[in-house]
Amino acid sequence: MKRILSLLAAVGMLAATTAGFSANAALAADVQLLNVSYDPTRGLYQEINKAFAAQQKSKGDNVTISNSHGGSGSQARSVIDGLQADVVTLALAADLDAISKNGKLLRADWQKRLPQNSSPYTSTIIFLVRKGNPKQVRDWNDLVKPDVQVITPNPKTSGGARWAYLAAWDYAAKQPSGNGDKAKTFVANLYKNVPVLDSGARGSTVTFTKRGIGDVLLSWENEAHLVLKEAGGDQYKILYPSRSILAEPPVAIVDKNVDRKKTRATAEAYLHFLYTPQAQEIEARNYYRPRNPQILAKYRKQFPDIALSTINGAFGGWAKAQAVHFGDGGVFDQIYQPGR
Amino acid sequence: MNKIFSKPTEDPLWLKLTLGIIAVGFIAIMLLMPLVLVFKEALASGVRTFFSAMVEPDTLAAVKLSLLAAAIAVPLNTVFGIAAAWSIAKFDFRGKTFLVTLIDLPFSVSPVVAGLVYVLVFGMQGWLGPTLAGYDIRVLFALPGIVLATIFVTFPFVARELIPLMVDQGRDEEEAAATLGASGFQTFMRVTLPNIKWGLLYGILLCNARALGEFGAVSVLSGHIRGQTNTMPLHVELLYNNYDYTGAFAVAALLAMLALLTLALKSFLEWRYADELAASHRH
Repeated sequence: MKRILSLLAAVGMLAATTAGFSANAALAADVQLLNVSYDPTRGLYQEINKAFAAQQKSKGDNVTISNSHGGSGSQARSVIDGLQADVVTLALAADLDAISKNGKLLRADWQKRLPQNSSPYTSTIIFLVRKGNPKQVRDWNDLVKPDVQVITPNPKTSGGARWAYLAAWDYAAKQPSGNGDKAKTFVANLYKNVPVLDSGARGSTVTFTKRGIGDVLLSWENEAHLVLKEAGGDQYKILYPSRSILAEPPVAIVDKNVDRKKTRATAEAYLHFLYTPQAQEIEARNYYRPRNPQILAKYRKQFPDIALSTINGAFGGWAKAQAVHFGDGGVFDQIYQPGR
Repeated sequence: MNKIFSKPTEDPLWLKLTLGIIAVGFIAIMLLMPLVLVFKEALASGVRTFFSAMVEPDTLAAVKLSLLAAAIAVPLNTVFGIAAAWSIAKFDFRGKTFLVTLIDLPFSVSPVVAGLVYVLVFGMQGWLGPTLAGYDIRVLFALPGIVLATIFVTFPFVARELIPLMVDQGRDEEEAAATLGASGFQTFMRVTLPNIKWGLLYGILLCNARALGEFGAVSVLSGHIRGQTNTMPLHVELLYNNYDYTGAFAVAALLAMLALLTLALKSFLEWRYADELAASHRH
């Protein structure tokens, strides 16, 4: 009996010490920011956070930035449900619109508050194929061939997947004699070749590389470069299609949260920092296309100049594209039947 | 003689062999091999990489968070489990079967559903979220949410272990204690608790193992903030998705070691106190 009691006491002591531990961890910094981001930015923001903290330190401020990563759509959902993000750096404007609309956490005109549609860096959707490109994939029209398996995440939850979907649509619509109906058939045929829809870009990459499923990965340009770096050698190859889409991952301050946490000044400085030459270099090194023309020119070799359509030009903006293609009962729901 | 009149309890050799091979083979392929592979992957890049992955600050934070969540959830569920088993085994009341069914609920509900239910209750779009936020109380995407989710999924372990044991033991000894003038607390400490201690300990061990390993419900409620709200299982996923396979398998190996430790502890207790254990089973 005594033994049991002493055992219970030991458990209690363990609880007390661990509680003490976490209390210690809570102090340290003067300002704490939480950056809620999407999947492929992990490496990018680890570097950015370090550089920004160093810059603030030289001004006498202790800034600690924490990061959370996941599918862009589900991250937006978490912020709406109460995840205390100071800044959101997501994959597409529609997810920030959702935070503005459903959570009333940021002003509706958020995209006008920072330069270049609030996107300090851009990216695009490209193809990643296996060594030797066994299925001889060259362009979007090769993806609808019956024997080609395409890996791309679920457009309902992943930002990159929505960009990929729209890039495919835009390619089909821009073909000679292309139109909306033909684009819809094209995209429907493409998704018939998708064996698994992961919830985020990183999940799809793991499916393609580690699980070895599929012939082509529709990937963020930056994510594909990361795969090449990780895998080493010539296991995979990046292919640039004839045309793709200019993906503008936007950043914004979550007004309600920064006002409550009194972190607005630091959060704003953090986002402005993303536009500085120092940060633009980091972005380019992490395979994001920098906005700064000089730095873009410097890294031109890794960012081929292909035809890129914009969301505003080709689809009339995110609000419209989101409602037409990805809303409940939208085009994606009409064309995608799982298990076929 | 023997060949013709084999004992009814004696099975033919081929059957014994087949069944044995099936059992051992199944355990080897489904349990042992993956376990060995986890450790092999973790040590693939050398022992030094393994240990440096372990002492990485975010990994340490994840270990601390998991231990803390378990250290809160397990004692609470122990108290609850004893209370529930006590009332169910020693008293008759209306709705008893309903209560037993309710206790089993976390076993049958998917942990993801459990997580989402808490989002509906404590989320900023939910019932209590906005009110609590007014008092600056954060449940979701912070320690309280993780503890809640852990409590939910480990809810039945202690109770489930104790109920059959206590029902089996009946209430004779407690009634005897009462007639001899013992108070309720004395009866519990001196009669009931000694009778159930092995079942209780076993329940706590299982509860603890599950608390450390829970993924689904916690994943919904955590917010995945690196170094802050990532528990050990979530950290395994994060590292895996970060292409940090050594790190992922190092933390996975740590989880596996905790599980093995639990088993070893259980076996040790069974061996060390075999006599008492047998005695308690006689009740």
